[in-house]
Amino acid sequence: MPFVRFYHVSKVYSRQSRQFFWRFFVETMGRKPREPIRALNDVTFELGAGESLAVIGHNGAGKSTLLSLVAGLTTPESGLVEVEGRVMALLELGSGFHYDMTGAENLRLNAALCGLTKKQTEERYQQIVDFSELRSFINEPLRTYSMGMILRLGFSIAVHVEADILLLDEVLVVGDQDFQQKCLTRILRMKQEGKILMCVSHAPDMLRMLCERALWIESGAVIMQGAAGDVIDAYRAGSVPVNAS
Amino acid sequence: MRRKNYGFVLRNLISRDFKIRYRNMSLGVFWSLLNPLVMMAVLTFVFTRIFPNVAVKNFHISILSGLVIFNFFSLSWQSATVSIYGNSGLIKRVPLARELLPVATVLANSLHFLIQIGLLVFLALLAGYAVNAYWLLLPVIFALEIVFVCGLALVTSALDVYFRDVRYVVESANTVLFWLVPIFYSFAMIPPEYRSVYQYNPVAAVVLACRAIIMEGRMPPESLLVKLPVVSVSFLALGFLLFRRLQRKFADYL
Repeated sequence: MPFVRFYHVSKVYSRQSRQFFWRFFVETMGRKPREPIRALNDVTFELGAGESLAVIGHNGAGKSTLLSLVAGLTTPESGLVEVEGRVMALLELGSGFHYDMTGAENLRLNAALCGLTKKQTEERYQQIVDFSELRSFINEPLRTYSMGMILRLGFSIAVHVEADILLLDEVLVVGDQDFQQKCLTRILRMKQEGKILMCVSHAPDMLRMLCERALWIESGAVIMQGAAGDVIDAYRAGSVPVNAS
Repeated sequence: MRRKNYGFVLRNLISRDFKIRYRNMSLGVFWSLLNPLVMMAVLTFVFTRIFPNVAVKNFHISILSGLVIFNFFSLSWQSATVSIYGNSGLIKRVPLARELLPVATVLANSLHFLIQIGLLVFLALLAGYAVNAYWLLLPVIFALEIVFVCGLALVTSALDVYFRDVRYVVESANTVLFWLVPIFYSFAMIPPEYRSVYQYNPVAAVVLACRAIIMEGRMPPESLLVKLPVVSVSFLALGFLLFRRLQRKFADYL
């Protein structure tokens, strides 16, 4: 069974100058090194099969850092991150795509990067193309695509990888209404199959629809966590209700 | 990062590099042949007409063998060094075995290397050199060069994330090496007191071995056949170890 567990996780980004000799000079002159940024500060939560978590907070609150940690793209300074199951991270539109290659070439490359074998890629190729509704555009170079079309391709690959844990970072907003609906249906089905979903978005309605639980962070620290509806209401009101945890 | 489809990923990354390199160009992959031919013509002209150079017969083959081997080394090392930085989108957003990126860049360059080796063999046969039993060693020697560059590239590509200066260090090292690898001179012309220095240069060793086999029809020195694999394989091992350690913080530095 897949799970995601964070125990008192903190992540720090150093702000020291990377110009080694300059730094040496400045520090011998007695200037103190700049304070590091605390991107995440003592975050604890746990997700099991079929559970879904919306991560909310203002820009720079640490939401993307949190997803990067789940995906294993970076490591925490302290605390423990435990992830069981295959992770599919859709953290940015078109990451891993090359704009001089065609949609089909990008599809194969991306499927491989997301962990599919050659056989699985060929088996699912047609399904992915059908889901994306790109049809003949699939053989055009990616630089001719609109943002919406790139989203379609990226998202279609993501849902066909059949990962146990799906991470979405603010990517669904570009698609048109019909495609969004189709994606939502698909994600809800994946949840019923026991997959874990973690979502970052600034669209509260979509988060309410997708996630049962929510985590509100600011400046890396947890402000509130609980049922998605309550946390999103509190976030929009700008304060934590007195009786909430 | 714990995936079992490395081969498929690697193949896709290599074909990406290979396809993109000459896409939208009318001559496409022919540039792989034209580049060394032009260089060969210029160097042959300079070192036979301007600086008459009588020591070597079939000077153009001697030059081309040096050029093909050096060009592969220099191009693949330089492009692989920036491969992590150049794929920062992948490093920051997609969980994958990151050591595949520099290795794929080197291997994509190896395809061009292969084409150029074909050119070298073709011109060598045209110049009248016969195939001999030692030719069987050539693939091994070239493979060892690829292994060596992979090791070197793993080290420099990882360091380049932390210190962007590394790419310029590599660039300068290549400029120096162009003169210190016997491309337009032969080993015989190197004064004996400097020869021992050349022994420790794997690229020079590959050139030496290649010329011995193709142009002189003899077995390369045995000491070389021992040193080359030892150096290449240990560099690869070192590269992997260092890369493993350094890659944990990649996403924070890009």
